[in-house]
Amino acid sequence: MNRKVGYAIAIVGALALPFFVYPVFLMKVLCFALFACAFNLLIGFTGLLSFGHAAFFGGAGYVAGHTIKVMGWPFELGIVAGIVAAALIGLVMGSLAIRRQGIYFTMITLALAQMLFFVCLQAPFTGGEDGLQGVPRGKLLGVVDLANDMTLYYVVLAIFIAGFALIVRTVHSPFGQVLKAVKENEPRAISLGYDVDKYKLLAFVLSASLAGLAGATKTVVLGFETLTDVHWSMSGLVVLMTLVGGLGTLTGPIVGAILIIALENKLGDFGNWMATVTSIEWFRTLGESVTIVTGFIFIVCVLAFRRGIVGELGALFKRTSPGTAH
Amino acid sequence: MELFGIPLQALLSQLLLGLVNGSFYAMLSLGLAVIFGLLNVINFAHGALYMMGAFLAWMGMNYFEINYWVMLILGPILVGIFGIFIEKSMLRWLYKLDHLYGLLLTFGITLMIEGLFRSFYGVSGQPYSVPEALSGAFNLGFMILPKYRAWVVLASLIICFATWFVIEKTKLGAYLRAGTENPKLVEAFGINVPLMVTLTYGFGVALAAFAGVLAAPVIQVSPLMGSNLIIVVFAVVVIGGMGSIMGSIITGLGLGVIEGFTRVFYPQLSATVVFIIMAIVLLIRPAGLFGKEK
Repeated sequence: MNRKVGYAIAIVGALALPFFVYPVFLMKVLCFALFACAFNLLIGFTGLLSFGHAAFFGGAGYVAGHTIKVMGWPFELGIVAGIVAAALIGLVMGSLAIRRQGIYFTMITLALAQMLFFVCLQAPFTGGEDGLQGVPRGKLLGVVDLANDMTLYYVVLAIFIAGFALIVRTVHSPFGQVLKAVKENEPRAISLGYDVDKYKLLAFVLSASLAGLAGATKTVVLGFETLTDVHWSMSGLVVLMTLVGGLGTLTGPIVGAILIIALENKLGDFGNWMATVTSIEWFRTLGESVTIVTGFIFIVCVLAFRRGIVGELGALFKRTSPGTAH
Repeated sequence: MELFGIPLQALLSQLLLGLVNGSFYAMLSLGLAVIFGLLNVINFAHGALYMMGAFLAWMGMNYFEINYWVMLILGPILVGIFGIFIEKSMLRWLYKLDHLYGLLLTFGITLMIEGLFRSFYGVSGQPYSVPEALSGAFNLGFMILPKYRAWVVLASLIICFATWFVIEKTKLGAYLRAGTENPKLVEAFGINVPLMVTLTYGFGVALAAFAGVLAAPVIQVSPLMGSNLIIVVFAVVVIGGMGSIMGSIITGLGLGVIEGFTRVFYPQLSATVVFIIMAIVLLIRPAGLFGKEK
């Protein structure tokens, strides 16, 4: 009951927010939040750490951008094309990666994503180092003009809610329970007769498709797609968002995405402020060296804060109200 | 003289270049394997520490006029000490947890090291000249052999085989192998396993730094040189499997050579060929060429 009230408040808040905050920033946050939630479906609920999710995010972005800009496809079809592309990449990558376990799985996803990065660097349709510029937003179903930021915001919000609802539904479905069993104890899941590889692959493809949805939407929102989105640092970024928010919590990745995107945008201002306060000029370069700060957050999270913000809050809540615990 | 329509000279020089790259793959994957064996941590920071080795060589030359040969010894020692600091202050708290936390921690360390070097030196490469004794080339008649490249291959082979010898044939290596199999039992025999773990990590990253100093004159010294390499090395590790020291060395060198040949016959594929081989190996022999199926 509580959870439903929480979601209702969040939706009302999200509907009102673009009147106070720059909508394009909000849309970017929503895309990354969906990306992180999709990633979390794999790490948090199946126990697979993928370090190659940039391939789905960026790959779908390129396909959506190309189909919309060059082939003149409408908005919805471009997004669908992006999702299909991400699902296919996910199918290939997943079926190779699940042949190994644990840390090898992670290294394989990272290596295959890097391979896609080189393909994007060399393929003619991606625009190489320049990227794909000037992707038009078009019209939703041929009627609603998306050039207006406010209109597009509500479309993106609807996409996000649909994607998030699908993830919540998956986690709580019988399928999600099997995934949890795989995460907790894989040999036992096998001995109970589950075809673990099939479940893992399905989860991988689902996660890839949702990451693709996020990536394709992001391309349309910002109107361009560059190599940044297929680079390994993007895979690292989504890991960080999920880790900060809380691995294996439903809302954690959203919180993490908001924090990290805000951090990226505001770090330059913060650095300037630090430089004025401490009069150490080096801080002025902080805006360009986001990686130092993200690296630092990574280290702190792994060493001292493994449950993430939402995870810690949940634990705190359980501790302070013993009556409702467990 | 021609072979497959390619002048033999070009073929041989690409083969040598492939061997040079292969030497770096071999040294880095060897270090990764040694660390993984005992610590159960995949050291993502390996690439960044390799970059640090190269930068130390460059800094030694530019700021203190310390020559290449001194830095070849000093660089790995300094990075080894830095590695020991990382292990003592951070990594050791993670051994009881899932492997993935070790990877995430070292990934964070990588970002910090790279970010720091980038904020001071930018992304463009710094030139580092070949030491005088090794500049120039041998003329072998059928090809020109640059002395420095020959030295890189030779030095890395010596280091790799020395490491193999120590681990497989000496008493110290026996402790190390026993520690990999069953650390508790080894500790019960009165061997200081935590110290061994610390020193192993220090040694592994020193190996990466050694490769970095070796690489400084052949590759432009830049903050990003490590992360570009480490992902290829991960693929090498997946192909070879981390169970065998000799396997790491052979796989590393072999893939370097294959990459070199690809550059001759189909240059567009040279950046991806290692990943393609990885995919094929996963299909045919999922445990890796030298790995054991658990």
